[in-house]
Amino acid sequence: MIPGDGIGPEISASVKEIFRAADAPVEWEDVDVTPVKGPDGNYKLPAKIFESMGKTKVGLKGPLETPVGKGHRSLNLALRKEFNLYANVRPCKSIEGYQTAYPSVDLVTIRENTEGEYSGIEHELAKGLVQSVKKITEKASMRVAEYAFAYARDNNRHTVTAVHKANVMKMSDGLFLKCCRTVAERNKDIKFEEMYLDTVCLNMPKDPTQFDVLVMPNLYGDILSDLCAGLIGGLGVTPSGNIGEDGAIFESVHGTAPDIAGQDKANPTALLLSAVMMLRYMGLGDYGRRIETAALDVIREGKHLTGDLGGRAKCSEFTAEICRKVRELD
Amino acid sequence: MRGALLSIQRNGVAIKGNIETKFDDPGFSSMNVELRTKLDLYGNIVRCKSMPGIQTRHQGIDVVLIRENMEGEYSNKEHEIDHGKIENLKIITREKSMKIAKYAFDYAVEHGRNKVTAIHKANIMKLGDGLFLDCCRQVACSYPQIEFNDMIVDNASMQMVSRPQQFDVLVLPNLYGNILSNIAAGLVGGAGVVAGVNIGDNYAVFEMGTRSSGKSLMGKNTANPMGMLLAGCDMLEYLGHEGHATMIRESVLNVVCNNKIQTPDIGGDATTTEVVQAIIDDLKPKTKSWSVSLVYM
Ligand SMILES: Nc1ncnc2c1ncn2[C@@H]1O[C@H](COP(=O)(O)OP(=O)(O)OP(=O)(O)O)[C@@H](O)[C@H]1O
Ligand SMILES: Nc1ncnc2c1ncn2[C@@H]1O[C@H](COP(=O)(O)OP(=O)(O)OP(=O)(O)O)[C@@H](O)[C@H]1O
Ligand SMILES: [Mg+2]
Ligand SMILES: [Mg+2]
Repeated sequence: MIPGDGIGPEISASVKEIFRAADAPVEWEDVDVTPVKGPDGNYKLPAKIFESMGKTKVGLKGPLETPVGKGHRSLNLALRKEFNLYANVRPCKSIEGYQTAYPSVDLVTIRENTEGEYSGIEHELAKGLVQSVKKITEKASMRVAEYAFAYARDNNRHTVTAVHKANVMKMSDGLFLKCCRTVAERNKDIKFEEMYLDTVCLNMPKDPTQFDVLVMPNLYGDILSDLCAGLIGGLGVTPSGNIGEDGAIFESVHGTAPDIAGQDKANPTALLLSAVMMLRYMGLGDYGRRIETAALDVIREGKHLTGDLGGRAKCSEFTAEICRKVRELD
Repeated sequence: MRGALLSIQRNGVAIKGNIETKFDDPGFSSMNVELRTKLDLYGNIVRCKSMPGIQTRHQGIDVVLIRENMEGEYSNKEHEIDHGKIENLKIITREKSMKIAKYAFDYAVEHGRNKVTAIHKANIMKLGDGLFLDCCRQVACSYPQIEFNDMIVDNASMQMVSRPQQFDVLVLPNLYGNILSNIAAGLVGGAGVVAGVNIGDNYAVFEMGTRSSGKSLMGKNTANPMGMLLAGCDMLEYLGHEGHATMIRESVLNVVCNNKIQTPDIGGDATTTEVVQAIIDDLKPKTKSWSVSLVYM
């Protein structure tokens, strides 16, 4: 457990409490990831996070401040490298009781997480002329496509849509698309569709219910995962998981909310739903289902909502109510 | 293609449908891109405005998207660096970025707009998108009367579906322009209702805002003619025929928004020909008075 900064400690405490109420067989090892100054004067991540993750292979992470020393960035990057976190998964499901313009969204974005536009390779070829490199490989594309189909099957979903722009980027997006097609051939029980990025963008705000599982290269996933979160009310209620070859980290993708930190006002939903994803990943889906049901029930009933959801409850009251519901569901 | 280019060069103006790109055929490159490049059509402008009578989830949207139209991810520079490894090169230049930024601010001034927002991903593409953002900031300094801010593209996409009314004029690099103009079009009714234009120093090419080909609707008589008709009105206005432009635009809006004669994409059950006929019927009485006034001028 990486509790994180700002509201992080409060919402992680809330998750732990709810896990206890559900008797979820999870032992937490708390790890502080505040960068430490090494003997050479440079800040780096404490070794403990790598030891702990190396042992448990699974983590839950709250929001981290982006300190001036760029600890946050290097943490995300270091964890991604160390544990080969190649896919970012974000389920987006409308929350009953939290009204938005989009009442019945239920889709999942799966984003390739290691390459594409995030290669960081850029050159100034001449004065006023910059070239940024986007890299697409067969290996990474096959890996994320395979994950998308496996995810669809494990989660009772029916369709995987590959999102691409191969009409303009013939070779790079073309390769990504080709890999998706190859994997689709081997997974005929799941329906496969292809759609241009722009067509997805056009159709998503018109009718998001037509989508199920979407798989795409890094940048498109970055954009579409946020867009879809916007449909159901923002990052405060959307969970996220980073799936790797050597482990997985689940996290809330919202900020540290310094304005309300320490005041028992934070909404733990995003972190809690990420923890539910984690339970499923660990094969403890029954506990996950109970916790999720309890949390969504409490939100639907609308009597114990935190401020961001339009209520007046404290984080601890919201949490206590979920705990009560979880016990009831035994 | 040569014939089309020659004609546009001669006439200075064109209106076009989208030409489908077969991406499964590597020898076939996008004609749309070629046309824009050859004619130096550096900007793409799309205005997405909520229209009364068209059922959508958000109301009160009026955003203009001004998109760099020639470089970025559309530079067509790709190669295989190794087996199974492809590199795509995205090009951003100061020249094109300055040009589109300037266009955006001039547009804002001319059309009485208040705010320009630059969209980018400069936290990741520090040099490329950084250069674009830099140019926008620099141009902004010469337009103190116009408010300027910037937003990361993923946040902008989230904001666009949750609080689209906050946007006024957006200036964007090529791919983000493609993304956000489609989201915005989706919010005001879809591909069928939005018009767009590609502009250069010498030519203007009008088309549907989302550049859709709608091949799944082909031959069914259900395509919405509105976007293309509005593009036609914009073209008339560009050519100085403001009277005709206004007259046709009013008829289109009257038929679709007031009389609710609508194609299925916006919730109606009229065919393409029915909508067009209704617009012609609406126009007829106006053209009579029009020709009379011409005669006595
Ligand atoms: N999804 C990713 N895949 C690969 N590298 C990434 C990714 N996201 C960020 N990076 C890298 O890590 C650094 C972290 O940047 P930053 O924290 O701004 O990104 P982020 O906020 O996580 O991105 P996003 O908003 O796209 O999720 C960047 O310099 C980039 O090199
Ligand atoms: N004139 C129009 N009227 C109504 N809907 C349209 C029109 N043009 C395009 N569309 C719709 O907008 C969407 C995008 O069209 P476009 O042709 O770009 O998509 P595509 O990815 O090629 O898909 P399709 O095979 O459906 O055409 C499609 O759903 C299409 O049906
Ligand atoms: Mg993002
Ligand atoms: Mg971010």
